[in-house]
Amino acid sequence: MSEPPSTYLDHGATTPLRPEVAHAMAEARSEPLGNPTGSHRPAQRARRLLEEARDEVAAHLGRDPGEIIFTSGGTESANLAVFGVLESAVRHGRPAVVVCSAVEHPAVRQSCRAAARWPGVTWRELPVDGTGSVDVDALGGLLCTETALVAVMLANNETGVVQPLSRVADAVRERAATARVFTDAVQAASFLSLAETTSAADLVGLSAHKVGGPVGVGALAVRPPNGIAPRQHGGGQERERRSGTQDVVGAVGLAVALRFASAERAEAVARVAALRDRLAAGLTETVPGLHRTVPPGVNVLPGHLHLCLGGIEREELLLALSERGICASGGSSCASGALEASYVLAAMGVPDELARGAIRFTLGHDTTGPDIERALAIVPGVVASLRHDP
Amino acid sequence: MRVLVAMSGGVDSSVAAALLVQQGHDVVGATLKLWGGPSDSGCCSVADVDDARRVAQQLGIEHHVFNLSEEFDRHVVTPYVEAHAQGRTPNPCIECNRAIKFDRLLARADRLGFDRLATGHHARVTGDGSFRLRRGADADKDQSYVLSMLGQAELGRVVFPVGEMTKSDVRAHALRLGLRTAAKPDSQDVCFIGRVEGRQGFLADKLEFHPATVTNGRGEPVGTVDAVELVTVGQRRGMGHGTDGARRYVTAVDVPGRRVTVGSAAEAVTAAVVLPDATLTWVDQPLLDGARAVAQVSAHGRPAPCAVIRTGDGLVVRFDVPQRPVAPGQTVALYDVTDPDAVVGAGIAA
Repeated sequence: MSEPPSTYLDHGATTPLRPEVAHAMAEARSEPLGNPTGSHRPAQRARRLLEEARDEVAAHLGRDPGEIIFTSGGTESANLAVFGVLESAVRHGRPAVVVCSAVEHPAVRQSCRAAARWPGVTWRELPVDGTGSVDVDALGGLLCTETALVAVMLANNETGVVQPLSRVADAVRERAATARVFTDAVQAASFLSLAETTSAADLVGLSAHKVGGPVGVGALAVRPPNGIAPRQHGGGQERERRSGTQDVVGAVGLAVALRFASAERAEAVARVAALRDRLAAGLTETVPGLHRTVPPGVNVLPGHLHLCLGGIEREELLLALSERGICASGGSSCASGALEASYVLAAMGVPDELARGAIRFTLGHDTTGPDIERALAIVPGVVASLRHDP
Repeated sequence: MRVLVAMSGGVDSSVAAALLVQQGHDVVGATLKLWGGPSDSGCCSVADVDDARRVAQQLGIEHHVFNLSEEFDRHVVTPYVEAHAQGRTPNPCIECNRAIKFDRLLARADRLGFDRLATGHHARVTGDGSFRLRRGADADKDQSYVLSMLGQAELGRVVFPVGEMTKSDVRAHALRLGLRTAAKPDSQDVCFIGRVEGRQGFLADKLEFHPATVTNGRGEPVGTVDAVELVTVGQRRGMGHGTDGARRYVTAVDVPGRRVTVGSAAEAVTAAVVLPDATLTWVDQPLLDGARAVAQVSAHGRPAPCAVIRTGDGLVVRFDVPQRPVAPGQTVALYDVTDPDAVVGAGIAA
């Protein structure tokens, strides 16, 4: 069987490495790199590249470089944020409450769940409405003087819904002044100005491979800079907040990826949203039983199109699309690789029979008009061939 | 042909996939996630899925995981628990084949444009246009019993590539190809029941157990059991000995009456068993009233010659020589008396 051309509409899972990023990383490797904690010249060169990358990441976040901790990616950033804040909070035997939205990425949600097994830690979930936006009015009732951390993502990874982070932060300041706000900005970083949208958060998590950078590197911004306990102990790197030799080349990759995402943002947002709208309109016209998971008018990332197709099993749809060269996603998988029922859709109140046919198309900066035309030419026929009575 | 092969992560389905690839078919592998709870190979059998995926990679075929755990729970696990509550002895592997592998998965293969569904079962399908289901070539590993509910509609769309091989041939082939499953032990027992917790542990949090009186054939109490739901007709373990010192066997289980009846080996025999019409399936033509057949009542049970009689209650299977008791819920597979490797049909004992 000859390989069909590939139409990659799964940027929410991972993005292709930008050539400029690959080039910058190769450049960083082109001369000897020492361990940034050393004192000889290759070590000093590594340290310079690392701190330049930190400055650049900090600038994109509108923060002081001292607030930036390089990590191994979004999951580590989330774990460090949740456990780091809670460990500080309970250090003196005080109880602590962590609140997270019902649609947080598993990296955040499972961290909160695990932290809730610590003595003194309680976990509360902030519900979302039918559009997938957190219910800010419900937040008031969940906050108390013991609230140590509130985690609300900048935009949801499945639906792309942008969360009302500043309203969340306002509610927290009002009712739980000592609580910290953490936002997982991993999914949103390609298309939103982080300096503007995350300014209300104390902690911000990032991952490079969702913005055209390499897998294996991310960052956590922490305000104030010493406001968390370390989770990883050792040589005291990253100002004793995250020990372990830094991935200098990865940090360069993250910084350069953010630089290009930022430079292209205005143009990319308009272009990608137009392509996404073309895909949505075309599929709505040609695919019967199509349900837009997020109603029009809700603030959604420009690359996200989440659909539920009645009478379709998403596992079959993804396989059939993959065989025809269309790469999409059906939600999150468990350790075995099996798709799991989406807790995000459940939290939004999407009925099971619709959720079974959930599919997510995520466009990126490199998505083209012909990509969308191919998807529009293939998806309706595939859906028709798979449709059966539920 | 375009073939979807169900890869469990065991050696048989690994070799089934390999043979299909060698034969030049367009092959895609799929592993079913059936059980979401704990199992002997880790949560949702992740180690087995890893094995299947790695074998598919070695063979250069695509691999997918199909999550059929909801269907499995509904059609296999829940009925399994309910059957115990009624004092019946179900065979969950047969129900999985009936409702999941050769129903849901087969329908899925159809929708996805596959010509055939392959599995690693030791059984053979012969014929063209009219299909026969035959025992696997390796008598010790034959799995025709757990496939005995298949009919023409399914048999025309399935393929069992290792059915002609012995288990040692299968392992040797896997070893030659360097497949990581070559030396993997055969799976044992029910996939969703862990070796440590056992059936009792599995059922304990899903079912209320009730103590029961054990009586002999004359209705005289001879003992008690803690959980009548765990007692099976034909069971010997835990039933003690009669006054004559001989072993006792369970001859009847009455859950609502909280009573277990036991008898001697001579009393614990069955001359005939009724298969209700609703449970009957036929590979092709049904057996006529009075026809001769060979019955098998468990996966590796000894075949027993019998006659079948049609009655208002269903099909009565009358053994030529009385057999050890057949528990309600047990599947009875019927084989062709003139061709004893060929399955004719099956039913579930009332």
